[in-house]
Amino acid sequence: MRLPPFQTLIDRHGREVHRYLAACVGPIDADDCWQDTMLAALRAYPGLRDDRNLRGWLLRIAARKVLDSHRATRRRPVPVADVPERGADSPPPPDPALWRAVRRLPEKQRAAVTLRFAADLDYAAIGDVIDCSEAAARQNVRAGLAGVRREWVR
Amino acid sequence: MNPIDMTELARRAAEEGILDVAYATVDAPFGRMLVAATPQGLVRTAFDKERTDDVLSELSDRISPRVLEAPARLDGVRRELDEYFEGRRTEFSTPIDWRLSRGFLLRAREACATIPYGQVRTYKELATAAGSPEAVRAAGNAMAKNPIPIVVPCHRVLRTGGALGGYGGGLECKRWLLDLESGHLRL
Repeated sequence: MRLPPFQTLIDRHGREVHRYLAACVGPIDADDCWQDTMLAALRAYPGLRDDRNLRGWLLRIAARKVLDSHRATRRRPVPVADVPERGADSPPPPDPALWRAVRRLPEKQRAAVTLRFAADLDYAAIGDVIDCSEAAARQNVRAGLAGVRREWVR
Repeated sequence: MNPIDMTELARRAAEEGILDVAYATVDAPFGRMLVAATPQGLVRTAFDKERTDDVLSELSDRISPRVLEAPARLDGVRRELDEYFEGRRTEFSTPIDWRLSRGFLLRAREACATIPYGQVRTYKELATAAGSPEAVRAAGNAMAKNPIPIVVPCHRVLRTGGALGGYGGGLECKRWLLDLESGHLRL
């Protein structure tokens, strides 16, 4: 199988992965998570047996790094400092408070909502990343949105 | 600020030993060149005429798909090329990774790499130096498909009688390089 040069993956999907990570772990930790994601991907890349969905593959690795990051910061208070200034290349999620509510959702719902709205994946692709069916992915997004709405109206 | 820090990624990948092919671009007097290296040494140089995507795909297929743009890994050869193009360097000390050449092609290119700055050989002489005096056409082929032009100086090989022969970077470029090395170029 012919895999494209790894740099091509970064050029095509690097920003999208970063956007997803920023939505999941916040803009401060996103840079480190991005490095860890790409390094893990580069490590595994030559052994990859299926090149049909490289974007989904990268996002799946990113989702695992998000889990690691949440485990590592679980006992730390959630940072509520101002979002640092960023260039136009990677706009932060439009409403930081809203995304903080997303980050308080249960793991699968959070992943599903972020993949849907920060990475713009369809439900089949979300299921692929978080390892569930398309229907379950749809259900997780719906439940996640309901959770955010509940928190949001308070 | 670009949130994507390639420098840091390349640094960590190299440290871990998983940066198999690093590449960068160099500004040459006749256009941009691509240079690529493995941890063993310089493995590929390419003129503007070859599309970057094609060269990178070739490296991905033939060496490893772990290909990253990592200019810092090529600082040595980039500096040597700059000096060469300015007429301040007559030989390259950067190590060469010969893995894209084998058999007679390898022998011909290794023989080519020993032709000194400012001198020229014929394809016939090159074939002889590579151990097969009859293989003049194959020697021409080894030069035409030289994966490391400039550093492996295939521009120093001419037709018997002095005609330029061919050149991957174009005949203009071959003439420019020969003028540079003969001191006829006003820099």
